[in-house]
Amino acid sequence: MINVWVNAVNKLDEYGPIVGPAILDDLRLIAGKLKGKKVQHVNSTAVGGGVAEILNRMVPLLKELGIDTRWDFVKGGEKFFNVTKKFHNALHGRAEEITRGDFETFMETSRQNIEEFDASGDIVFIHDPQPIALIKKKKNNKWIWRCHVDVSDPNARVWSFLMDFIEQYDSAVFSAPSFSRRLPIRQFLISPSIDPLSDKNKDLPEDVINDVLEKYGILRDKPIITQISRFDRLKDPVGVIDAYQQVKKYTDCRLILAGGGASDDPEGIEVLNEVMEKAKKDKDIHILLLPQDDIVINALQRASTVIIQKSLREGFGLTVAEALWKGKPVVASNVGGIPLQIKHKYSGLMCRSVQGAAFAIKQLLNSPEYAKKLGENGREHIRNNYLITRHLRDYMLLFLSLFYKDDIVYL
Amino acid sequence: MAKEQFRFYTRLHLSELTGLRASTLDQLLKLLKQVPGSSIYYHTHRFLQQHQYLSPEPPNDFAYWVSEMVGEDELAEQLASIDTVQFRNIRSLRDEIVRTVEAYLRSKPLAKLRFSSIGEEFHFVKAVSFVIPTNNVANNLAEFLQIIKRITIDSIYYHVFEARLRLEQETNDFSNWIATALGDTALADEISRLDPYTRTLEDLRNSLIAIIDKRMGERRE
Repeated sequence: MINVWVNAVNKLDEYGPIVGPAILDDLRLIAGKLKGKKVQHVNSTAVGGGVAEILNRMVPLLKELGIDTRWDFVKGGEKFFNVTKKFHNALHGRAEEITRGDFETFMETSRQNIEEFDASGDIVFIHDPQPIALIKKKKNNKWIWRCHVDVSDPNARVWSFLMDFIEQYDSAVFSAPSFSRRLPIRQFLISPSIDPLSDKNKDLPEDVINDVLEKYGILRDKPIITQISRFDRLKDPVGVIDAYQQVKKYTDCRLILAGGGASDDPEGIEVLNEVMEKAKKDKDIHILLLPQDDIVINALQRASTVIIQKSLREGFGLTVAEALWKGKPVVASNVGGIPLQIKHKYSGLMCRSVQGAAFAIKQLLNSPEYAKKLGENGREHIRNNYLITRHLRDYMLLFLSLFYKDDIVYL
Repeated sequence: MAKEQFRFYTRLHLSELTGLRASTLDQLLKLLKQVPGSSIYYHTHRFLQQHQYLSPEPPNDFAYWVSEMVGEDELAEQLASIDTVQFRNIRSLRDEIVRTVEAYLRSKPLAKLRFSSIGEEFHFVKAVSFVIPTNNVANNLAEFLQIIKRITIDSIYYHVFEARLRLEQETNDFSNWIATALGDTALADEISRLDPYTRTLEDLRNSLIAIIDKRMGERRE
């Protein structure tokens, strides 16, 4: 087990101008009810991927609110993370060959982590399947399993394997209602969030945006369509190119496919090569494998005319929230947590196929006023529901729910 | 000075998943009769808080799902038109929703054959509410007005919606205090006549401010 030490980037008061000071007052009220409780977060990586990104911002804010919070991540070699990647894909419903040896690999690494783990928190908050077996250390404290992946149609064998652990937890948390299943424990709906003050989401001066485009050789001479995602088949980057090619027959435009890799994602390079092969004849397609550089992502989103998220499966799809927060019109698949972020025709457009995506992009490129209105609605929707302050509030209420059973709790 | 102070509370909710889902109108009807009242409450009130910028957009999840996922626009319109403000408790609101769906299915039996696509089922969620006293206390109408201007919409929501419907109170907390502690029944009546379901919460806040401002102006005259 490795402890992650995170320094606060922004103070709570800095969020006041964005969400209003009364929201911060509420956060302090709730935090006061959790005084004396120690919370331990555990996941599988300190950098890369949505979970680490959220914890990097969340942990310091919980500490500032006076909640004793710690963050650890489990250790594991390449073999272990190859297995958990297979689990991840299988939970998303993809066909994966999972052998008895894979389960043994998972348990072998888990046993080492269990041995090392000091479960001294009043509340132990486990993120995703990688550290799920730590529940073996449960005593009289409260344990939460937070599932960040879309498990609406999981591989039965992997789900059954995980259920042996899940049912020992006090509560489970999912990102979208469609992920919920009949469980013998309480389960809550908590969507993830974005941080409006982070490098990825803060306002950027126009010259910073232009510098980034120049660095990557992207001209702003025609509309830019962008998908920001790691190179993963579940994000369907090849389908995005297909949709772009259909749009380009009618409206000249550029396509940016940009994303980084996470340390627990060994499949990325293979997918990247497939995408490069598909795009090689078109100079207006920009494929960027980026190091972790949030300003670059921010600039690319802000430079875009339309943002697409054509995932086949999605945990929540935070890139949609990022795009909406920047007031951009978004075309996204009706999967995972995306329908929570987009109400079709009000705060974006939903698609279910390559043809649908292409049609929606054409609509937005041809109707800039409509596109602008969708973007404005989207930004307000994110402000009200998907910023880190709402997420902090939900997590603190979740902690409180562990100690009360009723539907109405008077504090 | 008021006979007694008004303490503002806030009400925050956490969404609890039930694992229950419907893909046809028959299944929806069956589950509507079974789920806890806190689930009916969640699906008829969530839009108010989550979609503050959309007004008067679909006022309940049932109407949205029936329209967008099942494609029965006529039933969706009937569900959207249910006058939520007329119901004093969730039980009677649930009865009306059930009656509406049953009557529709009787008159249009073919609607039973329609279903949502995979992944677009209706998922029943319920609200777990946490009610917390805030540090905001009003001793008179002027202080009350200043606090209304700055509190969260969750607090306004609690005193207007939660008190009236879910907790089965006759009126909203604001009108109740203005009538009993300030003795201003005309102002109390005016506030209780506001239909909070056909406006955004920020509009509701602005309406409250305008009504109280006007009343204070009249008093000064």
